[in-house]
Amino acid sequence: MNRLIRGLCVACALAVTLPAHAAIKVLATTSDWGSLVTELGGDKVNVYTATSALQDVHRVDAKPSLVARARSADLIVATGAELEIGWLPVLLQESGNSKIQPGAPGYFEITSALRLLDIPTAVDRSMGDVHPLGNPHVQLDPRNIATAAKALTARLAQVDAPNATYYQQRGIDFQARWQQAMTRWTALGATLKDVPVVVIHKDQTYLVRWLGLKELAAIEPKPGVPPSAGYLAGLVQKLGATPPKMILRNAYNDPKAADWLSERVKAPVVLLPFSVGGTPEAKDLFGLFDDTLNRLLAAAK
Amino acid sequence: MGHASRLIASAVIAAAWLPANVRAADDVAALRAEIAALKADYAQRVGALEARIDQLEAASSATVAAAPAEPEPPPPPAAAPAKGSSAFNPSISVILAGNYADLSQDPADYHFAGFMPNGGEIGPGERSFNLGESEVTFAASVDPYFTAALTMALSGEGDIGVEEAFFRTTSLPAGFSIKGGRFFSGFGYLNEIHAHAWDFVDQPLVYQAFYAGQYGQDGVQVKWLAPTELFLEFGAETGNGAQFPGTRLGRNGLNGTTLFAHVGGDLGDSIGWRAGLSWMDMDAEDRAYEDVDSLGMPVVNAFTGSSETWIVDATFKWTPTSSTRRSALKLQAEYMRRTEDGSLAFDVDGADLSDSFRSVQEGWYVQGVYQLNPRWRFGLRYDELDAGNTRIGLVQDGELLASDFPLLLPASPSRLTTMIDFSPSEFSRLRMQYAWDDARDAATDRQLLLQYIYALGAHGAHKF
Repeated sequence: MNRLIRGLCVACALAVTLPAHAAIKVLATTSDWGSLVTELGGDKVNVYTATSALQDVHRVDAKPSLVARARSADLIVATGAELEIGWLPVLLQESGNSKIQPGAPGYFEITSALRLLDIPTAVDRSMGDVHPLGNPHVQLDPRNIATAAKALTARLAQVDAPNATYYQQRGIDFQARWQQAMTRWTALGATLKDVPVVVIHKDQTYLVRWLGLKELAAIEPKPGVPPSAGYLAGLVQKLGATPPKMILRNAYNDPKAADWLSERVKAPVVLLPFSVGGTPEAKDLFGLFDDTLNRLLAAAK
Repeated sequence: MGHASRLIASAVIAAAWLPANVRAADDVAALRAEIAALKADYAQRVGALEARIDQLEAASSATVAAAPAEPEPPPPPAAAPAKGSSAFNPSISVILAGNYADLSQDPADYHFAGFMPNGGEIGPGERSFNLGESEVTFAASVDPYFTAALTMALSGEGDIGVEEAFFRTTSLPAGFSIKGGRFFSGFGYLNEIHAHAWDFVDQPLVYQAFYAGQYGQDGVQVKWLAPTELFLEFGAETGNGAQFPGTRLGRNGLNGTTLFAHVGGDLGDSIGWRAGLSWMDMDAEDRAYEDVDSLGMPVVNAFTGSSETWIVDATFKWTPTSSTRRSALKLQAEYMRRTEDGSLAFDVDGADLSDSFRSVQEGWYVQGVYQLNPRWRFGLRYDELDAGNTRIGLVQDGELLASDFPLLLPASPSRLTTMIDFSPSEFSRLRMQYAWDDARDAATDRQLLLQYIYALGAHGAHKF
């Protein structure tokens, strides 16, 4: 009997310790962070991405399949700044997984490593879907990716300590490749400086700032608030004097309002991937910026 | 560091010993050897670091040469100072709701034909304008081990009720979590969902008839989530079982045992689903209700015995992820079957006759809600109840007539409901609902309800 119990204990201990040598499980909230984790973690991580590039990350269902993924995750990589506030808290709460609760090493927010733009001095819901902690759509400035990658590398090394040197090595390698790519993108993007554009939602802010585009107006009068006919008419009038060169539409945006405005102000709508997977060319983070720049440059000609 | 401290320790010990001890020569030799080993070790490390620096410099030199104007990425912000003691205040959310009702039948005599009245909030409410329940929720982490929440409901008449007040663990291992206090039971699908998140103004008939709306009790719940890719959750609850169909018992111990299992997953990229099976076992002692006997005299009858319910639920939600139109379709259905076994006392304040009682009753609903875009949604729901063939001992042995229990005569109430709602934002919703309600054994109640729901303050995430 004693031997049986001892045998069971050994079996249990083995069952608990064995998976530690396998790849760690990472749940990324968006395809961008999924791609970043793959770059930094290589074959030591097993990444699951919770949303597709065509979904609006503000509005996602806390599906049972996502709860199940959160249950066995070793690390959650989220955008933070309350972008996922409508669904991530439910996943964490229902997961029964203490490793990934906020404050634990297994919970990582990309925005915790970044300085955010558009931090409001006062917030009120009459202002629309404002993010009190700042604009969370940080992925379209490659400098943010570089900074976030450093912090994420450190976190991977902390969560999966036995492979720390592997992550550090991969981190150095990624930073080198990213710096090279950034040099290329900056050179390519130089001609886009001061090009006047119209955006849909305030989620292009980081791209606009990085490339030095001139944001004339946003189609949404307030974040998350669809434009009324009157507002759009006013916009057409306002843009008559200073016509934009292009209207930027993210792959996940509904095309209707942008197309309507495009006809009136005689500026083309430029479809941008916004996230990895938003266009067929944006296969990973490198592809995301390559494709974004290619599309902008083609329209700016 | 280890080497350095060892070195210092060795040096101190050596300094203490050297002047006095003749064997010092041996020690000096040992010390020299150790220092030599240390030097070699550090030389190796410095070499590795230099190599790494070279590598980094090589990688970034191209960048520096080509783009000298490239600004440094901004550093992370300095941590905002916490605002004193208020930094620990719980988040507060307030829900305001109200409606306008136009009912073709008098709501005062609303009941479910064939079912014992449960004294709960059933039916469409009163006519004309009504302030609904205002809900106030406080929630916060307690410490690294627990979170807790309190939800109060303020009725239009000024009564304050504690709807939920519970703690929940956050740091148990192996997928376990424990909830304790007063909470809505985890059985079925709709039971845990608060009124402001319902897809219709009111609950399905089966919830109203079987649970007086929603079932909550003071007790404890243990849940376990399996570590599988398939969502697989098991739960068990027990408590005081005071709410209908149970009653507060005059003895120690537990009542209101509930077991439930939920399974869920994805079908392709666009469909999420969840299904469940639940079982609830309760005891009732002198569960009283008012009826009218065959002579038209008002009487109070009471049931004592066991009440056992099986619940099956299924929910499908289709959310196309490959389209920019935010349309969605949600289908859900639940079926419940209850067996009550015990004794029924007739006219407890007068004749006070009592004999055996057994009923097997069923109810189900199916509903679909189509979201055209984030603002507009359309819903359709069908409800049905079956009172079954209730065996009343007092009637079977001829002591009383079946018409002495008019509320328990066989019946099958039903209802058809249509709904349209418009949500200007995630925090406001205006709804119109029209229903043909055959809950009573009388003319159809045609119900028009106009409802508003407003959410203020922190608003927690919603469940699937």
